[in-house]
Amino acid sequence: MRVPVSYSFRNLWTRRLTTILTAAGMALVVFVFAAILMLAEGLQKTLVETGSWDNVVLIRKGSQSEVQSGIERLQASILETQPEVAVGADGRRVLAKEVVVLISLPRRGTDKPSNVIIRGIGDQSMAMRPQVRLTEGRMPRRGSAEILAGASVAQRFSGAGIGETLRFGMRDWTVVGIFDAGSTGFSSEIWGDADQLMQTFRRQAYSSVIFRLSDPSAFDAFKARVESDPRLTVEAKRETRFYADQSEVMAKFLRILGMSLTIIFSLGAVIGAMITMYAAVANRTAEIGTLRALGFQRRSILAAFLVESLLLGLIGGAAGLFFASFLQLFTISTLNFQTFSELAFSFTLTAGIVWQALLFSLVMGFVGGVLPALRASRMKIVDALRTT
Amino acid sequence: MGLLKLFLRNAFRHKLRTGLTVLGITIAILAFGMLRTMVNAWYAGVEASSANRLVIRNAISLVFPLPLAYKDKIRQVSGVTLVSWGNWFGGVYIEEKNFFPNFAVDPRSFLALYPEYLIPDPQKAAFFGDRKGAVVGKKLADKFGWKVGDTVTLKGTIFPGNWEFTVRGIYRGKDRSVDETQFFFHWEYLDETMKKTAPRRAGQVGYYIIGIANPNLAGEVSAAIDAAFKNSLAETLTETEKAFQMSFVSMTEAILIAIQLVSIVIIVIIMAVVANTMAMTARERIGEYAVFKTLGFGGWFIAGLIFGESLFISLLGTAIGIGLTFPAAEAFADYLGTYFPIFFVERETVLMDLAAGVLVGVVAALFPTWRAVNIRIAEGLRRIG
Repeated sequence: MRVPVSYSFRNLWTRRLTTILTAAGMALVVFVFAAILMLAEGLQKTLVETGSWDNVVLIRKGSQSEVQSGIERLQASILETQPEVAVGADGRRVLAKEVVVLISLPRRGTDKPSNVIIRGIGDQSMAMRPQVRLTEGRMPRRGSAEILAGASVAQRFSGAGIGETLRFGMRDWTVVGIFDAGSTGFSSEIWGDADQLMQTFRRQAYSSVIFRLSDPSAFDAFKARVESDPRLTVEAKRETRFYADQSEVMAKFLRILGMSLTIIFSLGAVIGAMITMYAAVANRTAEIGTLRALGFQRRSILAAFLVESLLLGLIGGAAGLFFASFLQLFTISTLNFQTFSELAFSFTLTAGIVWQALLFSLVMGFVGGVLPALRASRMKIVDALRTT
Repeated sequence: MGLLKLFLRNAFRHKLRTGLTVLGITIAILAFGMLRTMVNAWYAGVEASSANRLVIRNAISLVFPLPLAYKDKIRQVSGVTLVSWGNWFGGVYIEEKNFFPNFAVDPRSFLALYPEYLIPDPQKAAFFGDRKGAVVGKKLADKFGWKVGDTVTLKGTIFPGNWEFTVRGIYRGKDRSVDETQFFFHWEYLDETMKKTAPRRAGQVGYYIIGIANPNLAGEVSAAIDAAFKNSLAETLTETEKAFQMSFVSMTEAILIAIQLVSIVIIVIIMAVVANTMAMTARERIGEYAVFKTLGFGGWFIAGLIFGESLFISLLGTAIGIGLTFPAAEAFADYLGTYFPIFFVERETVLMDLAAGVLVGVVAALFPTWRAVNIRIAEGLRRIG
């Protein structure tokens, strides 16, 4: 004979204060757990979507980011003539020689400056990145001091909104357009004409060369040939790989920090659940004795208490997830240690995270409840009935 | 005295429950202490900066260099006592995960400006005399087993090529707040090599650090320097070392805020756990409180009982937690020294731990006390378990 689930539920209801306190503790833990998964997911999504599989990025050998890299004009020209470079509908090669530098700009609202990537683009830059769309204004004219700002830069930095001007390199630059690159890293960049920017910053060399492969599977052969070419000192990476590498340290840091926090938190919550369940068992000794005397088996008692504890976990988990889902409204912007520039990304909730969080809360409920439930099921009928 | 005994007896009536609660508090206080220490480690660079030093960098951003020729013009600005310069080298030792900060510096002026780096005189002389020499921090040398005279090769990321150095000195910090994981070498070596391989990049420095006579005049000196290079190809931005270090911290503000929030959340969680324990304890003993009241003890006595027990439990957990924070911090510093070169528990952290412990104890006792004090005797006696 089984003890009905409603028995467990009503027990929780009777001890409302204790239930709320325990569930609140669990809810906070699940909140943190979900928040960390959402953050990692958001960062991942931002960086994976920043690159395209069939684009190749070339930077100087040994440099870790575009900012550190330098590719001389001669080398860039050699790369431009490689047979693997795709040819577009207009008969031109789908390749861009870009220059990438950091500038420090003050954030809106505060005086605190932060580093922003400014990218000098070529004719094909936009076409090669289908995720980038112009949402407001127009493209900058070639040879003029006009720039485009990424959506999240326009929002967060003063002077980067449409129609406003930024001053750097002894010139005033007018923002003539805003581009939206979804949740990719490009949204945290400013784009302008490569030649203009090179002159402004007195740069003689490009930072990177990016092109689309005419045949995506030809990458390995291309990489091997180009990297052993004595005229060139470059390193080739697929664009997806390139951006994933750039956030490795950051992602690892978030993961370690997040996981250690979750473990510590869940220990606290499990202890809380255990205390609650032990107390529930101790308080109801006579009740358990009565149930046993009525003919309920040890197994049923064990199940009833486990169900109670699992319910507690589930309530906490659901509450934690509910609050965590509001995090999606926030955008985090922080310094990426590797590129030394600001990167904005947002919390992303996926079905997978919902499952993981709920499962996690059930596990916490189970671990917290299993020992007390065992104690309850092991009681001898006579002893249990004798206690008042 | 009798009351104290009562707390003890009461607290250990449910040994398992009290034990679990104390364990929970210990974990929470340990985590809280570690997170506070981590936040402090974040600010280590800011704390270690001197009011007597200003940093000059390119106004566009740190990645743009300044001409070496500026040094004489800077020296002429009144109030400037010493001019030193350097470059962030960004070299990699064998592989990327061995990260440590490495700089090309002008040795004599650099060491004069940073008296907190202590190097034995013979090593100092050897370093000055060897253009390919380097000085490294004690912790860094220990980590890779470097000794004076060893050859170390760094792979350049910003300046291409393999760079060979000979360790000529090992510095120690004057106190614990000095970062002992850095690597310094001759700026001349960098510049000479650049002249050969990439002449356009020679004669460029990443930043200037200057010593000033009077820290109160930092604002005027900065303004004078920036004015001197206004409308030139490389405009400068001069700020105090503290502000310079602070700019790095503020760029990672989001993570910092998250850590601080989390450290508060963990205290809230443990508050819920302890409050739960106390609520259960008080509920079970409602009958006893009614008996106390019948005997003529006042509400204050009962309040004292509950508060005393709650504080006893939370402070016991806090004490164990604080005790464990120190070895934990040491282990952490060994393990993740590359991210946080300066990682030690400050006295302030311990005080905050204690404050958190008291707060948890008090808050946990509030609601049960209110119930126990307000319950009517007859009602209390009638209640069972």
